[in-house]
This record gives sequence, C-alpha cells and structure tokens, in this order.
Amino acid sequence: MKFLLTLASLLRFFGLLGLLSLASCTPKEDARISGRLVLEYWEKWTGFEREAMAGVVDDFNNSQDKIFVRFLSVSRIDQKMMLATAGGVPPDIVGLWAINLPSYAENNALMPLDYLAKDAGIRQEDYLPVFWKLCSYRNFLWALPSTPSVTALHWNKKMFREAGLDPEQPPRTIAELETFNAKLTRKNADGSLAQIGHMPQEPGWWMHDFPSWFGGASWDGATKLLLDAQPNRHFFTWLESYPKRFGGGAMFELRGGFGNFASPDNPFFNGKVAMIMQGVWMNNFIKKYAPTGFEYGAAAFPEETEHPEAPLTIAETDILVIPAGARHPKEAMQFIAFVAQQKNTEKLCLGQHKISPLRQVSDEFMNHHSHPYLKVFQSLANSSRAQPTLSLPTFKQYANDMITYVNLVLLGRMGADEARVTMLARQQKALDAKVDRWNKVAPVRVALWEKEIHP
Amino acid sequence: MTAGERKSLLMGVAFISPWILGFLAFNLYPLLASVWYSLCDYSVLSQPVFLGTQNYVDLWRDPVFWKALQNTVVFAAVAIPLSTFLSIGLAVLLNQPIAGQGIYRTIFFLPSLVPAISLAILWQWMLNGPMGLVNNLIRPILDFLNLWLHTQLKTPDWLNDPNFALWGLILTGLWGTGQAVVIYLAGLQDVPAELYEAAELDGTSAWQRFIHITLPMLSPVIFFNVLMSIIGALQTFAVPYILTNGGDGPGRSLLFLATYIYQNAFDYWNMGYASALALCLFLLIIGLSLITVRYGERKVHYSGK
Repeated sequence: MKFLLTLASLLRFFGLLGLLSLASCTPKEDARISGRLVLEYWEKWTGFEREAMAGVVDDFNNSQDKIFVRFLSVSRIDQKMMLATAGGVPPDIVGLWAINLPSYAENNALMPLDYLAKDAGIRQEDYLPVFWKLCSYRNFLWALPSTPSVTALHWNKKMFREAGLDPEQPPRTIAELETFNAKLTRKNADGSLAQIGHMPQEPGWWMHDFPSWFGGASWDGATKLLLDAQPNRHFFTWLESYPKRFGGGAMFELRGGFGNFASPDNPFFNGKVAMIMQGVWMNNFIKKYAPTGFEYGAAAFPEETEHPEAPLTIAETDILVIPAGARHPKEAMQFIAFVAQQKNTEKLCLGQHKISPLRQVSDEFMNHHSHPYLKVFQSLANSSRAQPTLSLPTFKQYANDMITYVNLVLLGRMGADEARVTMLARQQKALDAKVDRWNKVAPVRVALWEKEIHP
Repeated sequence: MTAGERKSLLMGVAFISPWILGFLAFNLYPLLASVWYSLCDYSVLSQPVFLGTQNYVDLWRDPVFWKALQNTVVFAAVAIPLSTFLSIGLAVLLNQPIAGQGIYRTIFFLPSLVPAISLAILWQWMLNGPMGLVNNLIRPILDFLNLWLHTQLKTPDWLNDPNFALWGLILTGLWGTGQAVVIYLAGLQDVPAELYEAAELDGTSAWQRFIHITLPMLSPVIFFNVLMSIIGALQTFAVPYILTNGGDGPGRSLLFLATYIYQNAFDYWNMGYASALALCLFLLIIGLSLITVRYGERKVHYSGK
C-alpha cells in the first residue's frame, strides 16, 4: 500500500512536469515588431550572396509597414528545414535548391504556390521556361526562382595558345573536345601527368546530368531510369576511355594535387586543367582567386552531336519556398512576389553576379553586370534545349552513387558496363520504392494540394 | 516504509528526476521508436507505413551496407591494437624518470585536445598526395629504396586511392592516442614499486619485468581502454565525414556504418532503413562489448582480488 502511495506521488510529480512541458509547447503569439508581423526567412547564402539578398529584404521592409522579414543565414538548410517542418515549427520562407523539390513535395513538406502566386500576379510567361519547369513538380508549382544558373564550358585561353590551338575557338563536339584534350595534355619525364585538357571528374558536379550531352536523359520522368539507354551507354563508354588514354592512377594522382575550389590552387586557375564545365558563378571565383591577367572563355559545353542553332545547357536555380505548416503563407507570398518583381530580381542577380530567370531583362542589368560572358549564359538559358537539372525523388542517392561508380570507372577499377548495370539495379530499386510509396499516398496528397490551390 | 524513508525516497527521486526524464525522452524513447521505425517506411515528414521486416531484408541484400560494415570492422580491427600498442609504449617511455618528463607528457597529450573537425581538416592537408607532410616524410625513404632495389615505389595518394584511404584514416586516428596515454600513465603509477624491486633482486631483465609485472598490473586499464576503443571505433563518423567532404571516399573506402546511417536518415530521408542500420550497429557494439567482457576479463589481473 505504501509502495502504491509512493508510486502515486511519483506519477503526480511526473504528470506535473509533463503538463509544464506541454504548456511550454503551445503555439506562441505571432511575433511582432512595432506592430508589424514578423516573418522568418531562412536562406543558405553567406558573404556577398547574402548581402545581395539582405539589400532586397531591406527594400521590402522599407516598402510597407505591415510585415517585417527577419533574414537569417542557415547552414545545411535543407536538413534543418526538414527537421523544423517535422517538428511543426517551420520558418515562413526558405531558400532551397531546385533539386530539393521532388523529395520535399512528395513528402508534403512544402505548400503548393499555384493559387498564392496567381493571386499575387505572378505569371508563368514572365519566366524563362526552364526555370519555371524547375519550380514545378507533379503539375503543381512549389517555388519561385531566386537566382538561377546554367552550365557552360570554360576554357583557359593561355593553355590553348601554348598547345597551338585558337584561343577563340572552343570545341563544339565531344570528339573535338577529346582532340583538344590530347593536345592540351602534358606529361612529366616520369610519365605522370603535368596537366590535362579535360577530365570529367573536375569538378564532376553534374555527373547525373551528363547523359544529356550524349543526347539522352537519366530517367523517363515517371518510373524508369534510363541507364540502359544508348546515350547512357555512350556516356559510360566515354568515361571508360579516360583511364585507357591517360591512366586512371595518373589522373587521380594529378587530382590529388589540386587545391580547394575556392582558392588560388583551383586547377583551372593554376593551369592544371584547361577545360571544365562550370556555372555562371565561376566568374566570381575567377575574379577573386585567379592570377592577374587570367584569360578564359565560356561557351556551350560540346555535345556528341552539335546543335549550333539551339545549344544544350543544364539549368539550376536557387528557389524560394513556403514550408508546409508555415503560419503566414499569404504574407510570405507577398515577400516572394516582391522579390519576383523585375527590378528586385535584377538587383539580387546583379549582386550575386548571376543571370536573370525572367524573360524580360533590362538594359541596365546587361550594362551593369560584371560578368564578361553574361550574354553567353543568358542566351544559353534562353535556348530551346536548355534542360532542367535531374529532378528525381531519389536525387541524392542517385547523384551519390553516380559519383562512386564514375570514379571507379575513371580509376580503371570497374568496366563501364558493370558500373552502369550495378548502378541501375541499385537505383531502380530505390526509385521503385519511392514510386510505390508515392502511389499509396498520392490520392490523399493530391486532393489536399488541390484544396490548397483552390481555396 | 516509514514516513521518513518515504520522504527521503521522494527527495531522491525529485533530485534525480531531471536525469530520469532526460534518459526517458532522449535515450529510451528514441531507442524504442527506432525499433518501431526500423519496421516501417518512414521519411520523418510523413506517417510511417508498416513494412514488417522488409528493411532488414533489404539491408541483408545491400552491398553498400556490407561494404560499410567491412570498413568499420577492418578499421576497428587494425586501429584498436595499433593505438593500444602505441599508447602503452608511449606511456612506458613517458613514465621513465628523465629530465623534462612533464613537458614530454604535455606534448604527447596536446594533439588529443584538437577537436575532431579541426583534426580532419588538418589531416586533409597532411595526407595530400603530392604536397602532404606525410608523403614528404616517406618520399626520401622510397627514393632510397628505389635507388638500391631498382623498384618504382611511389608515395600513396592517401585520400584518393581506395587502397590507401582507410590506412590514411587509421594514421589520423593515432593522432589522438594522447588521451589513452594519460590513462595508461595513471595506471603505471599504481604498480607497486616493491614488485619491481623484488623482480630485480631475482635477476629479471627489463623486458621480463614489463611482461610479467607491468602488463598484468596494467591489464584492468588496458581492458577499459580497449572496451572504450571498440565502442568508439564502431561509431566512427566525424573524421572520415570531413576527410571526404561529406562523401564515401574513393570506391566507398571511407564509408562507415555511422556515415551510412546518417546518409540514409538525413540525405535520403529513409529514416526507417537508417533505424534498421542503427539497430544493427547497436547489436554489433553490444555483441563485441559482451565478447570482450566475457573473454577479456579472464586475462585481467585485479590487484584487489
């Protein structure tokens, strides 16, 4: 009996503690500063990129007196947003990458923006098609672009001259790229590589998109990965040719001496690699870290078959989203719509030295932009063959596996076919599981989203 | 139970309750929840869907899991004996009564104060292929061997070559032996001097005294350190994660179970599969710890017994 009494006292004690903790978890009042509703905006940017957005946030805060946007730089933002959303306390606005969209949307982590965007006067036709596509998934709009980028070939003009190549004539096909590659590659007396014209793993950030340059894609957009298709076979065979021509060990030995990307030891700046695939932001790093007088060119990355009338590029974009469960979606959309106005988008993209995602680009933007090849990038983004980067619900697994198998092929440790088939088996299984899961929840999810976009 | 005893009990429980609550909320509940989630398809943001043992079947058939397990076990199997031998050797040397003993002890302990993240970044440079300090030390030896033996030995590209990446990490781990050295040093202070004096009178050599006195007397400390090292080595995460910039290393040579759990949980959103992996790691640690306790204790000499 005494034991039971003691137990009852203990339960009362823990019950009280439980009630106290529950009380501390009840929703708080809306945060306000001088009567203005405070919106929390998490963004991944730091440095000058952060400063560029901070200027736009200030403009928004000064433009009206109802809302105050509190701007916060957050590292590993994709993971933190996931945890905050799962915990029921997401911020009001988050700056993510477009590659995050499929998995976030399928997991109900985002708010569909179709209705809110329409209500705020945002129109699809105002954007370059590829960037609008990057913000859409399963026929819903989930985000709006903030600062976009497209990829292009960057080449070192000095190295071209030294190899007897015309520095104003980049390669236009993969075959030409490899002819140039042979001319630009130099070996040391002991047979090791002193410099190389091109190596796919430098920087190797778009391996998952590379089949596009061989005329294909990585998946059918629904349920099937296309690693067995001809373009993917060509891509892997092309990779396999590298260790045969340059030596897998020699390439990795050369790569072992490369410095950090954001440093003067970047292999493109210090003459170790002559041709690389990079995005529009590369000019920022060139200005900061490359030696004085560094000369480079930028053009469409060569394809297996040339299409001069409509060059291929892979587009990516940073995006603004409203997490599911955010408490002030209308006000959040008001801020996003402000950023989407041409003058504000241009201010942001100018500050970050990137291209504009909008169809209309002002003369002021073109004239004030510091990128010497802005027109090249802007026209690549305008190309009818500009393609969105891989939008796969299993993107991270796929991209991670791709890097592993590509490196094994480039090292000469695994044949092209073995790598491709092994990867296909692993990744198709992962995709099947996601598709299966999606099919189970789709009717409920889509009905919910439909309700949200037709309030 | 008297009223006084009851009051004392309640007071005791009240004082310990922050810990009990913390344990229930942050240890026991996550452990039990992960057992449930390991039987589900769960992405954190959506409701878990019961799958039965599917995650475990997948895990059994997943070559990446086996690769991660292999890396983890090989790392533990090599790094633990190596660091144990090295730290005992260093402790014995640092226990010698020589001038500047305190300074030497401090020097060997200092590296273990470096945080794991800084350590990994430092060793990224130390293990750099052409420019790293480690290869600069090895290069003259290899040049000498190549000259005399007419071989073509080359310095390894530690972090880019799948054959060497794990060894590079093991080398990195030796940097932190200072902590174990301090514990061994404390153990050495406890060995009664009269045992050495008696052995010396019997005409034993220094080696014999080390084998028959020092090691048995140090065995409880060795046992404790080895047990802790097994648990620590099987949970290796931060240093390889930073060394590979968040990746798996070349050919997945630096993918460990803890990294694979993290990738599945937070990168791929497969929290159910990550929970199944975590439980496997948990069982592995429990199993190896029990084996160590069961068989290790037989060799341990407790002076109080």
